[in-house]
Amino acid sequence: MAALDLNAPQADLAQDAAALDAIWRDPPGIRGFLTTVDHKRIAARYLVTTLALLVIAGILALDMRLQLSQPGLERMGPQAYNEAFTLHGSTMLFLVSVPVMEAMAIWLVPLMLGQRNLAYPRLTAYSYWLYLGGVLMLWVPHALGITPDLGWFQYPPLSGPAYGPGHRVDIWAQMITFTEVAALAASVNVAVTILKMRPPGMTLARMPLFLWAMLVTSVMTVLALPAVMLATSLLIADRLVSTQFFSPGAGGDVLLFQHIFWFFGHPEVYIIFIPAVGFVSAIVETFTRRAVFGYTVQVLAIISVGLLAFGLWVHHMFAVGLPRLGASFYTAASMAIALPIGLQIFSWIATIASGRPRFDTPLLWVTGFIATFVIGGLSGVMTASAPLDLQLTDTYFVVAHLHYVLIGGALFPLFGALTYWFPKATGRIMSEGWGKIAFWLVFVGFNIGFFPMHLLGLMGMPRRIYTYPAEAGWGTLNLVATAGMLIASLGAAIIVANAVISLRWGRRAGVDPWGGATLEWSCASPPPPWNFAATPVVASLTPGWEPPPRAVMTGLSLENREVLVTSVGDAVPEHRQPSPGPSIWPLLTALATALLFVGSIFTPWAVVWGSIPVAAALIGWFWPRTRPEEAQAEAP
Amino acid sequence: MLWVCGAVYLLVLAFLGWAIWRSRHQTGTAPQDHHMRAGLLTWALIITAGIGTLATASFLVDRALAAARQEDALIIRITAHQWWWRITYLDPASGAWIETANELHLPLGQTARLELAASDVIHSFWVPNLSGKLDVIPGRRNVLDITPQRVGWYRGQCAEFCGLQHALMGLDVRVAPAEEFAAWLATQAAPAAEPPDTVLARGRDLFTSGPCAACHTVRGTGAAGQAGPDLTHFGARRTLAASTLTNNRGNLQGWIVNPEALKPGTLMPATELTPEDADALARYLAWLR
Repeated sequence: MAALDLNAPQADLAQDAAALDAIWRDPPGIRGFLTTVDHKRIAARYLVTTLALLVIAGILALDMRLQLSQPGLERMGPQAYNEAFTLHGSTMLFLVSVPVMEAMAIWLVPLMLGQRNLAYPRLTAYSYWLYLGGVLMLWVPHALGITPDLGWFQYPPLSGPAYGPGHRVDIWAQMITFTEVAALAASVNVAVTILKMRPPGMTLARMPLFLWAMLVTSVMTVLALPAVMLATSLLIADRLVSTQFFSPGAGGDVLLFQHIFWFFGHPEVYIIFIPAVGFVSAIVETFTRRAVFGYTVQVLAIISVGLLAFGLWVHHMFAVGLPRLGASFYTAASMAIALPIGLQIFSWIATIASGRPRFDTPLLWVTGFIATFVIGGLSGVMTASAPLDLQLTDTYFVVAHLHYVLIGGALFPLFGALTYWFPKATGRIMSEGWGKIAFWLVFVGFNIGFFPMHLLGLMGMPRRIYTYPAEAGWGTLNLVATAGMLIASLGAAIIVANAVISLRWGRRAGVDPWGGATLEWSCASPPPPWNFAATPVVASLTPGWEPPPRAVMTGLSLENREVLVTSVGDAVPEHRQPSPGPSIWPLLTALATALLFVGSIFTPWAVVWGSIPVAAALIGWFWPRTRPEEAQAEAP
Repeated sequence: MLWVCGAVYLLVLAFLGWAIWRSRHQTGTAPQDHHMRAGLLTWALIITAGIGTLATASFLVDRALAAARQEDALIIRITAHQWWWRITYLDPASGAWIETANELHLPLGQTARLELAASDVIHSFWVPNLSGKLDVIPGRRNVLDITPQRVGWYRGQCAEFCGLQHALMGLDVRVAPAEEFAAWLATQAAPAAEPPDTVLARGRDLFTSGPCAACHTVRGTGAAGQAGPDLTHFGARRTLAASTLTNNRGNLQGWIVNPEALKPGTLMPATELTPEDADALARYLAWLR
């Protein structure tokens, strides 16, 4: 079993590295590409896909902004516009925001834990392939001219069989199924890894805040996402086999859909936001060179946001005609969430005030995050008030609010995080000069682009309209908003160019360019396939700042892939767990699953016959394989 | 609420600005953790007091709005369609329901009880200057009480995405003194008159014998279609196609001949007419006041 070795001789580690390389490296070429279970490679795929979609859906937004820049423009008709905002919203929420955070977790969690892989490596691969299926499900039909056009929420009866003929709605609904199964797979994986695979010494109380954020997010995902799959499955059943869940004429209820959808939809916002909170804490800690002030408050805040998030969904439905007392309850619950988040904001600013901050690009993004996200939070408090919300809901005020929360609150920290961990992932640092220019362009452009929308909402401009009359007097502010978006887009283009150029020509990073305190900064940049030659042993919240020598634990096999499993509370080593190697079965299972999902758009029987290939693929996946050491043990 | 939130925002920005300034200049000693703990506690109390105040205020406003209901309200039924509004009034003279569309008239200072119903999908009734929005939901009857306080014309719009032409589902609202409203209602209750000349008669005949009558009603003639708006007093309305176009003969004639060009996706089909017939039809409809 494992031994604690305070002074692991470097020569031994080099020898180990050769042995580890033999067992952890993927097969070369296309075979390795299709069978890899390396969390870093899969996370890179996830990231490239989500960021490409972020750009594409961003261009769609620009298209819509140009259409609205003046009253009465005819460059887009209603059909094109409805398709554009449906694609934009569905892509951003289901194919970008949630998966990009999962991608960061898939990449970062094992590195922050000093581990060699996630708990369920093949499930990671399966998750990505299914996610890719969801991307293709939405965008291939779009290329063929069959684009969903009823918004990212698709309320029945508009989306029901009577008013939503054709397959546009089915495509949207099955895109959800794909991405949500993928997200569930990723979340279970991340949660189990954080709970059972922490390095020795990393008790729950010494867990970096990013891991707390991802743990809470993963649990929330597991609890929230089944709701949206239920909503879309009932919708598909209504459309495909004439159930009547949402038909008022047959005893169904159209509001049922909204309740189920928002029971998922509100936690979804926090599923996107809480990982960003984790990025912010990580960046603040490194760039102020002190541990985040109020660790306990931060942890409790994350957990309480996670809990409160499930009690607020009705504030999306104040206008449906609710009993007043019920609405007041959801008003109070929605406002209550300002407390934990307000305390988090305080603790970050206090950390900056009491540390020795270095305003490199990542910390710049964090200050930009605080300055914009707080506006989004406060406009959220306003919309939480039921009587006020009856004026604000479904207007551009809400458009402004949600973009302040999602862009200011989640994308700004994400951009900071990408800059921060770029050197670890690629071995090279992104240009600081261009990074700062891009930050200011995006920050200023974003505020010019979205702040006027608050005013437009107060002036009565509804959402989801492709044109408006000149008499409404909304022209000037819309033009300003469009101009702001163009400035922000320039900044976004610089970020992309900076990343691509730095990848090739950036300054070499070394192991720890920023002086980070968490474990990922102690392995090579980029990390080798096995991440760490020896498992680090942790004695504080900031192991990277402990004076050497650093304790490590050796004893994991050099002949087979193995990971260390520890106890949930105190991270006491429990046993060595075999970790599966490259496998084609996740891909085959994903293909079989995709066949079932796509087939069920056309016939309910696809659920029946489609389950046969899925079962066959899963049998292949779980077929018992004899491991070499077991074979030895069994040999006479 | 705006002031409270604005003040809180400035407070946060000031704190952030101070933190950055302090760390840049490294003046004095860094704040100690126990000072910051006291600050955190204070901040928690400020937030709690702030949201407590706002939640209470919100609750009281909600109560006050609810208390505004009167029992002698004027009942008006509004049915939302893709993409127009059917409006029916109870005629005090005859006790019959009389129908109009896309133009809501309300008497000043009297509570109107709007009974909202949807004929197809979910819509949302919203006249920003008069009230908050209330969704119009198939299978449910939502009721909105409005007591208008100022005479004037207001614009309303559907606020819940309801399909292709959600953007052009507007509504004109006229708030008038009680006498003017009563006179208007009496006019609306009357059937259409007999056309005084041959051109208008030709228009009427085209309307009642052609495709128009399949969907539209003009009371007093044979036209009794129910799918589209009632046009008995169409000429008196300010706009056509649910507040999409100014109601004049040019727009009207264009609308009859090619509605798709003016409101893409509208459920109203084009009508093939000779220029003379189109002119007669438009004259007739404009004359229906």
